[in-house]
Amino acid sequence: MALDFATGPVPPASAVIAAHVSKQFNGRPVLKDLSLDIEAGEFVALLGKSGSGKSTFLRLLGALDVDVEGSLRVPRRRAIVFQDPRLMPWLSVLRNITIGLPQTEEVRKRGLATLAEVGLERHAFAWPRTLSGGEAQRAALARAMVREPQLLLLDEPFGALDALTRIRMHGLLRDVYLRHRPAVLLVTHDVDEAILLADRVVVLTEGRISLNEAVNVPTPRHRADAPFIALRQRLLRELGVDDD
Amino acid sequence: MSAIEEAASQNPLLWERPAEPGTQARIRPGTGTPEPWLGASDLIDPTSEGLVTSIRSAVPRWLQRSVGPLLLLLAWQLLTSLGVFDPRTTPAPRTIFLTAINLATSEDLQAHLAASLERVAEGLLIGVALGLVSAVVSGLTRWGENIVDGNMEILRAVPNFALLPILVAWFGIGEFPKVTLITLGVWVAVYINTYSAIRSVDVSLVEAARTFGVKRRELITAVILPGSLPGFLVGLRIALTNAWLSLIFAETVNAPLGLGRMMNDAREYFRVDVIFVLLAIYAILGLFSLSAIRFLERRLLTWRRAFDGA
Repeated sequence: MALDFATGPVPPASAVIAAHVSKQFNGRPVLKDLSLDIEAGEFVALLGKSGSGKSTFLRLLGALDVDVEGSLRVPRRRAIVFQDPRLMPWLSVLRNITIGLPQTEEVRKRGLATLAEVGLERHAFAWPRTLSGGEAQRAALARAMVREPQLLLLDEPFGALDALTRIRMHGLLRDVYLRHRPAVLLVTHDVDEAILLADRVVVLTEGRISLNEAVNVPTPRHRADAPFIALRQRLLRELGVDDD
Repeated sequence: MSAIEEAASQNPLLWERPAEPGTQARIRPGTGTPEPWLGASDLIDPTSEGLVTSIRSAVPRWLQRSVGPLLLLLAWQLLTSLGVFDPRTTPAPRTIFLTAINLATSEDLQAHLAASLERVAEGLLIGVALGLVSAVVSGLTRWGENIVDGNMEILRAVPNFALLPILVAWFGIGEFPKVTLITLGVWVAVYINTYSAIRSVDVSLVEAARTFGVKRRELITAVILPGSLPGFLVGLRIALTNAWLSLIFAETVNAPLGLGRMMNDAREYFRVDVIFVLLAIYAILGLFSLSAIRFLERRLLTWRRAFDGA
């Protein structure tokens, strides 16, 4: 069965409704009867080992994959940030983030404002190859946010960044999220990142949801908080790592 | 026993015991030879090792590079002056230079050169246009590939110059078959390289563009064509070489004017000095074409050089 976006309205409170979703690659099951809802404005982190199916699920929500069983509902305005920035090297940073939008003065201004929001206003007319890894990923975030997405899909967006840049990107993402309040699905295998940012963490194990719970750590969250440490222990155990 | 000592006792290759810096010598395992701790006087300057040599030089690079050709000219001049070379078959560079000056001031050479340049310019213009259009049609659509690509592969496999007799049979011995031969050489080179560049544009960029709502027209103008520009320029470089080669062959057929005609006449009248001047002209035209391409690359591919803006 192909993806079925058409029938039935999406209830206003939900940004994603996935019911009994199964997906195979060449007969090998990757997602098995997966059901997951994300509320509008909710930040969900999807954790899992490599090959657990978490990226497949994100690609399904992003309409980058078809041929799936079950039903999926997503909003019309979606945007993805990939692990690699995927900027066109031959377009200026500003032209890159407004790609696919009508090239009007209004869009240009919105693009510049979004670049300012991620601290890249000085690089608006630079070539992408002159950006550092963190700057390029901020441009990729701006390219997603300029579309005012109702659902923001983040596919290990900080996985290729160095540790210091990653910490700065966490703060930036949190700010951008709170200002725009899209529903977010963050696919990651960084447990700390998930707890720091998300309202809810979901662990995917071999194509099934093996843990799904709200992050009850008061904000602002710190890695040294007792509830933080307790949740990290539980998640790591769920992922098959004993942190001692 | 410390962990290190324990490990050392089990593995004879480890240092016997780690000593405190400045206190006592360490014993090299196996040998029993004491080795003193390093002092400042034991350290050397790594830049003095000479593993790599500095490439900084006061002489500009282009001057360094002209040393080879200049030496060759000098040797040539010397060998002719000494009578090693027969001046009838190998005139001295000085003689050739004087002939060149003579020819350059005659209207004869200018007319021949203009005729050849015109043929190459026409062939380039038409060939590049045809190459680009066919590469885009073939690169972007499956049906285009089915129709165009096979034919182009066959045309590429046939040596350009082998087509000359059939072109003459079809179009006679005027300008048309000559320009057509050059056009074909340019077309094939531009097509092959642009087509493969279009097909090898990074699929992850295309995928990203699609997720951001990029439709067909913008996909072509903002992603695929600029992404295949480097490949097109490689094709253009080869096309220029092909154009000059095709010109030489085309002008062997009844050319009242052209560098090829001059070459024929020089051979008939055994003017070896003129032959050398013509060879030099071909060399200069070739070098000039390549630097024109380099100029285009610098202008069009600024985005490839990192860290020049920001």
